[in-house]
Amino acid sequence: MSSEQIIFYFFAAMVLISALLVVSIHNLVRSIFLFFVTLFSLAALYVFAFADFVAITQVVIYVGGVLVLMLFAFMLSNKELLSKINPVKGIIRVNHIVAILVCTLFLFILLNVIIKADFESLSWIKTADQINGKDNTVHQIGIQTMTRYLLPFEVLSVLLLMALIGAAHLARKEKKV
Amino acid sequence: MIPLSHFLFISACLFCIGLYAVLTKRNAIQVLIGIEFMINAAVLNFVAFGRFDANGGGGQMFALFAIVLAAAGVAVALAIILNVYKHFKTIDPVKTDTLKD
Repeated sequence: MSSEQIIFYFFAAMVLISALLVVSIHNLVRSIFLFFVTLFSLAALYVFAFADFVAITQVVIYVGGVLVLMLFAFMLSNKELLSKINPVKGIIRVNHIVAILVCTLFLFILLNVIIKADFESLSWIKTADQINGKDNTVHQIGIQTMTRYLLPFEVLSVLLLMALIGAAHLARKEKKV
Repeated sequence: MIPLSHFLFISACLFCIGLYAVLTKRNAIQVLIGIEFMINAAVLNFVAFGRFDANGGGGQMFALFAIVLAAAGVAVALAIILNVYKHFKTIDPVKTDTLKD
């Protein structure tokens, strides 16, 4: 086993374990901070697929932006949830068992599809020219953004403006009528 | 070189964890975290397949677009959550069951 594989599986285990902890832990603040760990190790996995720019974007946008937003929203909306951490037990249990059943069945379907489809032996994957470690993907992404994907890029900028205005409009103080 | 299917296995697991969070959590922020897990699983798939597109770069470009769209979605969703909290004094999705009264 090469060191590359060891690091990859370490980060993969970290993603899955911390994600499981995020959804199973009761303390909300801890679960949000564990979400941070998940996103960071996910960024490490992107590096292994030769997507270093995507990994950096993930760290900047998710860890820098989304997580801070979530902490803010959590602290603005959770006065009483902090004091009573364990709500009713009985009703939730049944609910959880059904959800676990649905999720594991769905997981089996997904894994089955991935194994059956056997992507590695597809012809276009075999003949594709893969990114190797020497390619400059940032350079490539810059050129692609300004040529082939210019229209999606511009549409995305308009959408971001709309989301900004919409969020500001929603979050403002309502005037009493 | 990590085989492609291992990326897909990880993203399938992450997607199901997100699905579990969306189905069971009694707090809108945790539901949102579940949705983020699902989006991230999709982004991981984009990136894993993007490795086989050295000239086009389509996978990585759309991974970037998906990340930006998710961030925009989170901003709007959190503003809505704050409004819901102002109105109902709770963000439990089970209890917020009325439209404008």
